[in-house]
Amino acid sequence: MTSRPGNLAPRALAGYRPNDRGTQPDLLYPPYASTVKRAPSQPLLPIDATLSEITGPIFGYDRIHANDFDLTKQHAGEPIGERIVVVGRVLDGNARPVANTLVEIWQANAAGRYPHPRDQHNAPTDPNFTGAGRTMTDERGYYRFVTIRPGEYPWRNHYNAWRPAHIHFSLFGPAFATRLVTQMYFPGDPLLEYDPMYMSAPDDRARKRLVSTFDWESTIPEQALGYRFDIVLRGRDETPMENYLPGGVK
Amino acid sequence: MSLQTTSSQTVGPYLHIGLTWLVTDNLVAPGVEGDPITIEGRVTDADGAPVNDALVEIWQANRHGRYPHPEDRGSAPLEAAFTGFGRVPTDPQGRFKFTTIKPGRVPGAGGALQAPHINVTLFMRGMLRHLTTRIYFPGDPANAADTVLASVPAERRATLVAAPVAGQTGALEWNVRLQGEGETVFFDV
Repeated sequence: MTSRPGNLAPRALAGYRPNDRGTQPDLLYPPYASTVKRAPSQPLLPIDATLSEITGPIFGYDRIHANDFDLTKQHAGEPIGERIVVVGRVLDGNARPVANTLVEIWQANAAGRYPHPRDQHNAPTDPNFTGAGRTMTDERGYYRFVTIRPGEYPWRNHYNAWRPAHIHFSLFGPAFATRLVTQMYFPGDPLLEYDPMYMSAPDDRARKRLVSTFDWESTIPEQALGYRFDIVLRGRDETPMENYLPGGVK
Repeated sequence: MSLQTTSSQTVGPYLHIGLTWLVTDNLVAPGVEGDPITIEGRVTDADGAPVNDALVEIWQANRHGRYPHPEDRGSAPLEAAFTGFGRVPTDPQGRFKFTTIKPGRVPGAGGALQAPHINVTLFMRGMLRHLTTRIYFPGDPANAADTVLASVPAERRATLVAAPVAGQTGALEWNVRLQGEGETVFFDV
């Protein structure tokens, strides 16, 4: 690298670090049959971070309504099922809290059924449960939802295929490059090791991070069990400015 | 301290339940500057079959090349009504459509300005992590010097450039082919 004493311009942008190996599933993962026709055949082309990737949409609290975090209070009556609290902290790869970011969730009802025209599973829908929630993280990166424990359900990926109980999560983080959609699972679920989606996370430690833990702290006495699910979004590179300090060749 | 990023998982087939509350197919709110344009297209799989359960999100600068984000420390004007964000699910024919404005040029690598472009994120069943790509504008003289476009093999570059719709002013078409002939270029951002 060339030393450029005193020359601080143009300022290089600090981008977001690539994800560590083993943390992210491959796009083509044949055990999940639907990837076969939908995964690109060509490798993704790397691009250097520009302003387009280090910025991203920002949503305000004005978009969120009072009961959006409580999926048990969105209809006239109480939904069927076991009430639970889901809490967690959103951090970046540098262990800093991601504050004021939108968290969206959706899930099946207690019987393992979605109120969706494409869900033909022979289990009842619940007129008191839609299964959609959203909230914003607080200043310390924490979020909290009240919901019911989702049921497992069959799907047609392979013979006798069942999805483990799960809650879908969608997060934006501070940038286009930090977008993440994932799923939270429940501890001790015997279906996990049979589930191609869970197993698509290559590294066993990465898979285990998708499993929430029972959380006594957020459990509400005589009301609802608590589960904790922390989420890590990509971390940012250290600023490359130091490369340009006088004599400061790395 | 360094933490490992949470693994991505698919949105699955029922994404609409959780994500359509924020559908935004028109970015031209009152007060947003620029002539409205439409960008419509279709998402197809390896067989050319329509993908009827995808979600398309876009992120773009305003007409002056300014992102509504604190990291954009530029001095170009920024309308309070401009969010830069769009989200639409595909319809039964795999189609999507946005109404927006053509963004201005934003800085790129080395400080040179990039050609006008829209950043795209795609989610769907069968996709374990989302895909990202870009839409560029047909006939824009800045395309020739854009470093991202230049990094794409010439024979695949056209997949990133929208096409004018004949006979319709301000209407553009841009399609996504996930796999196979004419496969869209996707980026590792």
